[in-house]
Amino acid sequence: MAAEESYPDDLRYHPEHDWARVDGDEAVLGITWFAQDALGELVHFEAPEVGTTVAKDAAYAEVESVKAVSDVVAPLSGEVLEVNQKVVDEPETVNEDPYGDGWLVRIRLAESSEVDALLDVGAYKAHLAEQ
Amino acid sequence: MSATLRQTPLHDAHVALGARMVPFAGWEMPVQYEGVIPEHVAVRTRAGAFDVSHMGQLHVDGPAAQAFLQSVLSNDVDRVADGGAQYTLLTTETGGIVDDLIVYRLGHGAFLLVVNAGNREAAYAWLKEREPRGVEVRDASEEYTLVAVQGPSSLELLGLDEAPAFTHAMGEVAGVETMICRTGYTGEQGVELLYPAEDGVALWDALLERGVVPCGLGARDTLRLEVCYPLHGNDITQETDAISAGLGWVCALETEFIGAEALRRVKESGPERKLVAFVMEEKAIPRQGMAIAGGGEVTSGTHSPSLDVGIGLGYVPPAHAAPGTELEIDVRGKPRRARVVAKPIYKKEA
Repeated sequence: MAAEESYPDDLRYHPEHDWARVDGDEAVLGITWFAQDALGELVHFEAPEVGTTVAKDAAYAEVESVKAVSDVVAPLSGEVLEVNQKVVDEPETVNEDPYGDGWLVRIRLAESSEVDALLDVGAYKAHLAEQ
Repeated sequence: MSATLRQTPLHDAHVALGARMVPFAGWEMPVQYEGVIPEHVAVRTRAGAFDVSHMGQLHVDGPAAQAFLQSVLSNDVDRVADGGAQYTLLTTETGGIVDDLIVYRLGHGAFLLVVNAGNREAAYAWLKEREPRGVEVRDASEEYTLVAVQGPSSLELLGLDEAPAFTHAMGEVAGVETMICRTGYTGEQGVELLYPAEDGVALWDALLERGVVPCGLGARDTLRLEVCYPLHGNDITQETDAISAGLGWVCALETEFIGAEALRRVKESGPERKLVAFVMEEKAIPRQGMAIAGGGEVTSGTHSPSLDVGIGLGYVPPAHAAPGTELEIDVRGKPRRARVVAKPIYKKEA
């Protein structure tokens, strides 16, 4: 079942509907409830390889629904430490739990000051209201 | 969204159900309600209803109607009896496909053509320009609601008896007088109900009350692609011929019709490319327009909800067309393996 709309307070957001959960010099990345709802049920996650680097504001992965493919934009720069294999195997996990089991990758931050440029939940909700 | 999009008689019912509405062939249509996958599964396992009122209905009437249709349609319309229907093509001089359609014989000199929404004007103009004395072609699309009810439980839920495919009869469903057509686009048992526009919502609501699941264009596409029914505009166009598309079985080449000579030549010399069905052997979803290594192109692609794998149709050189042949598809720069399979891709378990 699809999740109820929500935007957790403890995350930082990118205007392209991605989130980051920052913990020290690492961050877990995913897509927001709004992004998964716009796409519909996900059926494929084209993941980056562990060890590759992702660059803030650039696409690092693809998610696909039955009807469409969409780039996933990195909210922060860094090196991919882990890919969520559960989402590779069961992409619908993103629809069911976009901020929990449906995370996409874990990265080591290249530049922790980039975090300051991301939106907090209030700013992201204001951004959504303009969509 | 353009203000000029047309709306079917069921438009407000779709919005009330929470459907996601999208522009399609000049119409504002539901692409999904609950979701493409649950709607797809509902049709494969129980019953789903599709509003296909955007499709066109052209009446062709008159003492010379049958001879006229025989001269413009690829299949042998003389073999259609009263109460019968036939899948056929409107072909060009070069064997290209103006539209694929179903012709229903309503009576002597009375035929109904159900054409694709995107080709309604083109098909009407094609016929009107060629309309001889003793024939009247009339676009009656605005007069009808057309709802497809498809799935193994569809007849039971509608209270209908089984009948042979490609037949039709007048009858009553939920108190509404309707033409009941034993046709569809999903590979499942079912009917298409053609009835007056003003009765649109009454019958639609009655279907949903009986447990038929509302389904959008998203599921309609995944269902038809699993059973390899071609989509005009993707898999067949005015630039593709019927033989190359694997539609030789709807071309009565012993009869005379526009394009028959060109199609006979293609059949004799063998097509330069063939429309094949394929299944991905790696995790990837093929999409329309992707290149197939060796000189081919994907014309339709999706994720198969029934098989949980990427599937598609595409044109390839004849040397690559045999079932079992490995293909390589360029998925946004990444080569991904696929294999040609016999049609249909999805086969109903016996």
